[in-house]
Amino acid sequence: MSSLAIECRGLVKRYGPVTAVDGLDLAVSPGECFGLLGPNGAGKTTTIEILEGLNQPDAGEVTVLGRHWGTHEGELRERLGVSLQESRFPDKLTVFEMLRLFRSFYRSGRDPEEAMRDLSLEEKRDARVGKLSGGQRQRLAVACALTGNPEILFLDEPTTGLDPQSRRQLWEHIRAFRQAGGTVLLTTHYMEEAERLCDRVAIVDRGRIIAEGSPAELIGRLHAPHILEFSSDPPAGPELIATIPGAFDPRQRGGHWSVCVSSLVQAVPALLLALERSGAKLEELSTRRAMLEDVFLALTGRELRNE
Amino acid sequence: MSNSQRLNPLLELIRVRLLEVAREPEAIFWVFIFPVGMALALGFAFRDKAPEPVAIGITGEAKTGVLRQALARSSLLKPQFFPSVEAGHAALRIGKIALLVENGSPIVYWYDATRPESRLARFEVDQAVQEAAGRKDPAPITERLVRDKGSRYIDFLLPGLLGLNLLSTSVWGIGYSIVNARIKKTLKLMTATPMRKSDYLLAQMLGRFVLLALEAIVILAFGALVFQVPLRGTPGALALLCVLCGLSFGGLGLLCGSRVQTLEGINGLINVILVPMWLFSGVFFSPERFPKALHAPIQALPLTAANEALRAVMLEGRSLASLPSQLAILAAWGVVSYAVALKIFRWQ
Repeated sequence: MSSLAIECRGLVKRYGPVTAVDGLDLAVSPGECFGLLGPNGAGKTTTIEILEGLNQPDAGEVTVLGRHWGTHEGELRERLGVSLQESRFPDKLTVFEMLRLFRSFYRSGRDPEEAMRDLSLEEKRDARVGKLSGGQRQRLAVACALTGNPEILFLDEPTTGLDPQSRRQLWEHIRAFRQAGGTVLLTTHYMEEAERLCDRVAIVDRGRIIAEGSPAELIGRLHAPHILEFSSDPPAGPELIATIPGAFDPRQRGGHWSVCVSSLVQAVPALLLALERSGAKLEELSTRRAMLEDVFLALTGRELRNE
Repeated sequence: MSNSQRLNPLLELIRVRLLEVAREPEAIFWVFIFPVGMALALGFAFRDKAPEPVAIGITGEAKTGVLRQALARSSLLKPQFFPSVEAGHAALRIGKIALLVENGSPIVYWYDATRPESRLARFEVDQAVQEAAGRKDPAPITERLVRDKGSRYIDFLLPGLLGLNLLSTSVWGIGYSIVNARIKKTLKLMTATPMRKSDYLLAQMLGRFVLLALEAIVILAFGALVFQVPLRGTPGALALLCVLCGLSFGGLGLLCGSRVQTLEGINGLINVILVPMWLFSGVFFSPERFPKALHAPIQALPLTAANEALRAVMLEGRSLASLPSQLAILAAWGVVSYAVALKIFRWQ
């Protein structure tokens, strides 16, 4: 048990009548990248802040690196790195000054120069934090979190609001930390991020974990790893979908069908044949591999991002 | 991974705090330019001037040159001739002149006895008239005019402005910066590092002292150079007093910033605390002028104690030992604010 990097059991946190975390169990091994995945308000941030020792649970037990927050806070702070969701640094300070300040908090750790090199921030050394782009600011947040050479890195929605390029850049830095043997716990509502970065993910909904495993495992559990999407004129009815072999969980949105299927080789010809027989004209057809998004949809009946 | 020499976190926090202030033009304005500008404006508005001569009117038989010459000699009187008593009365009614002298036998003084400057004019005119008519004063007298440095309005004002500025920059400087850091979650992020929380709060205070020293020096030097405001006590006593003010007011700032979650909230709270003290604590005029019932609560305000002590040290040359009640009030505010602030402080 004590060999786990992070472990928690029966975590509960209530805010008045709202139960943000509702009996959550978690175990993260050293060297692992673990993702807490879920929509906004699922309880991810509350959970990660409890694990970071910044928030107290109403019930449940937390062990980090075999230590408890109540008894070893000082030691744990030296060994962990934290990046908060939407924390903003003082606008008037420069990148170098921030890193120098953070370095002074740790007994041992990375020099500002080294931290800037690691996160590709050298060019921004003397730029004020207020003038940085979203991606640069987020890299600075990670650089600050890495200052003490932590064993575990906590990242709360590290790439929210970033453009795709900045996001990929940050993923590279997180991977580099893992290659050096670090453990990562991150929260995200980007399924792609979880698939690309995490060894294991826990899907969190309404303060509980509703599924847990590697991204591939979770997708495999769908029984229908492919998604077939099409539209036709006139739109097809449910009876047509029923003729597709292995079709599963069909959804219709404005004449546009989305169907999970176990085999594209069987499903696509059957669909084309059925459409031809009904005299409808195919307008659009696409197929894709099922993603964690589809897992969430299948598990909860709700879209992950409710834009 | 290198392991360089670790810098002292407290010194780094102070350094960062000062950098932030130095890069905030508004902070520089309120800390340095505002009090100096205020002293300059009020100091000149209320500077000592030669007494303004009183305007009087003369009418009637102006040929009697003795009267006119006698009046013209007095530097306190500014005579003006009116062709008729009616014209003189009109000028008297609108306050253009304080007294109308109708020359004749007897000489008639027209004036409103409820107006002090009219009574003064009457006295001056009568003096000149009687002397011109040959009166000799039976008792010999000499006059000596008093206009000491240290008893002018600017001398009263400057220590008050110093006290006021130490209070407002402490409360704004500490309260605002803490609330801002809380809103931006910088506070929370820092508590996720091994940083000692006491270091953060201490840095706020110590950074304040650096600014406080600069601020006090600028205001005092300005007063000494431009208005020759005296420092009759020892510089050491004044410095110690400023430090005590800083501690006391810093505690208030910490208390203001300890829980508030929004900038609007801290703005309102600080104004509620500062505005009454601007008014009551004897910055611009002595609080003795307020009704008696208010004296005790006004005396208990930290800024009142600070202003009284600053004036006593600067203007009367008193030692700190002679000001136990003022120092006790300052210390009490400081200790109680700190204790409460630390108890209720919210890091997130």
